[in-house]
Amino acid sequence: MIHIRQLHKSYHTEAISLHVLKGISLDIEAGEYVAVTGASGSGKSTLLNILGILDAYDAGDYHLNGTLIKNMSEREAAKYRNEMIGFVFQSFNLINFKNALENVALPLYYKKVSRKKRNIIAMEHLDKMGLRDWAHHMPNELSGGQKQRVAIARAMISGPKIILADEPTGALDSKTTLEVMDVLTNLNSEGITTIIVTHEKSVSDATNRIIHLKDGMIEYETRKNNGVHDTFPNVNMQLV
Amino acid sequence: MIDQFQEIMDTLKKNKLRTTLTGLSVSWGIFILIILLGAGNGLKNGVMQNFSSRAVNRINLWSGTTSMPHNGLKSGRQLMFTENEVSAIQNQVAESRLITARYNTNQTIAYGTEYGTYGLRGVMPNFSDIEKLIIPPEKGRFINELDINDRNKVIVLDQKIVDVLFKNEDPLGKMVKVGQIMFKVVGINTKKEQFGGSNAYIPFSAAQAIYNPQRKFWQITFTVDGLTTEAQNDRFNESLRSMMGARLNFNPEDEQALYIHNAQSDYVETMKIFGGITLFVTIIGILTLIAGIVGVSNIMLVSVKERTREIGIRKAIGATPLSILKTIILESIFITTIFGYIGMMIGIGLTELINYFMVQAANGKPVTDEPQMSIFTNPTVDIGYAIFATIVLIIAGVIAGYLPARKAVRVQPIEAMRQE
Repeated sequence: MIHIRQLHKSYHTEAISLHVLKGISLDIEAGEYVAVTGASGSGKSTLLNILGILDAYDAGDYHLNGTLIKNMSEREAAKYRNEMIGFVFQSFNLINFKNALENVALPLYYKKVSRKKRNIIAMEHLDKMGLRDWAHHMPNELSGGQKQRVAIARAMISGPKIILADEPTGALDSKTTLEVMDVLTNLNSEGITTIIVTHEKSVSDATNRIIHLKDGMIEYETRKNNGVHDTFPNVNMQLV
Repeated sequence: MIDQFQEIMDTLKKNKLRTTLTGLSVSWGIFILIILLGAGNGLKNGVMQNFSSRAVNRINLWSGTTSMPHNGLKSGRQLMFTENEVSAIQNQVAESRLITARYNTNQTIAYGTEYGTYGLRGVMPNFSDIEKLIIPPEKGRFINELDINDRNKVIVLDQKIVDVLFKNEDPLGKMVKVGQIMFKVVGINTKKEQFGGSNAYIPFSAAQAIYNPQRKFWQITFTVDGLTTEAQNDRFNESLRSMMGARLNFNPEDEQALYIHNAQSDYVETMKIFGGITLFVTIIGILTLIAGIVGVSNIMLVSVKERTREIGIRKAIGATPLSILKTIILESIFITTIFGYIGMMIGIGLTELINYFMVQAANGKPVTDEPQMSIFTNPTVDIGYAIFATIVLIIAGVIAGYLPARKAVRVQPIEAMRQE
């Protein structure tokens, strides 16, 4: 589903030039449950943003579902984001003047689904998240866990193939973290490819595959074997 | 389309403060613009009206008393016109057009048991055009050439005299007694005089025959054409003075022998001031419009800037750049149009209201009251101009919303979402 070859990305400011991703190659198949870990500045969020077509990359290739995602027009990118990908962010990124229901229904507005229909679908998704009673509350009236569940409902509403979550539990306490991880694990078990950027061990341990980045490169990868992750060296590292 | 409209309304409703502030700046800009233009127009109309109550190219001559010896004659002689001077001006002064001799006296005018003392003006038919009397068709006519030739004993009365003498009766065709002589009422002048009391007008020839056996009189009024500059008017006054000096035998330098009131030169003078006022009002109008544009643009800029994060979120969940641009532009058109219209209507409403009260105040005055003179009349704005200004502000608002929106839309969603 996701095939990345020699991906490079730099950020340039007037003062400095930062080479964030230094040639990452990676394959993620449909239905995988992946955690991307690494220290701050290792490039894990940048990788996730590129996977979500929220950011452009400088060199290499990125194929999503067989399509080369490169020099894509904003219009095409928007279509992909809308239909293929659901985002969950650390800071929730809910629109603060819309209530939970309207936030969840918004992706369908851009799919030109009628207001009535999208409100019904949005309510179903909120219900799934246990938030039916909170549908008409504004984001500032919700707790962190509730906000994140609203964000997940919004990510799910257009039926994406992939969920990309950037530190989804970063702003939550440990109990709520477990709740949110349960939701994400459930989604994965329904067959949705789930990729989570995190630096929390409890979160990465819940996934089936851990990709650990260091200084813009993959340091190592582990896969779950009998419920435990075992480490093996990365191909890239061997080449270096 | 309906869905998009609902989405826009939603956004506007849920961001009341932003919407109201943006809207108010638009309304206020247009409101102030219209009030200022209205004030400027009021001033302009007021000045114009004060001139239009008489012919602006009118020259009044009054004979006076000499203050200098001349040609062996001593000073202190009283000078008077004869009809020869009237023909002389008519025939020898190239610029002269309408002319009337005027014999003024006061007489008791009576109808039935009602009577009063009024100014009696022996005048020529042109008088009506020179002084712009108003005699509507149903109110009869003014004195004509036939009346002059036949010395008809006909009289035209000011409305105020009619009100006193006739109460509710129709005066046309009725006989009134002027002094000891009966005159037939042929017309009613409905013009509200700004100065002086009420007058009755009779043919100059009849006035000469009945009240002025010497056939000499004090005043001649005529209009001139083609005097547009101050210098031309000064030259004209000078040559008129020397011509009359030769005819009436006085020193042309003798200011007291002949008074010349040249309304045309007043008009030229005032027009100069007036050109200044127009320029002033125009500059203020343009500056206000610019201030409005800057204000509207500024609030639009801030309002879009504030939404960068929201734009990023919308893009992340699948909004195309075009759909976001369209929404923002429609929103700004919506706000500027609605609030611009409100501002325009309040502005026009206020100017019309002021105008209404001014007209009311003028009409409410008793007929015998002070002269109705105002330098501020009809302070309203041409609706075409008001709409033009509103559209300019709307376009400015849309452009000011479009530019930052385009920039925000071009930013990678992840960048936009980082903005606070």
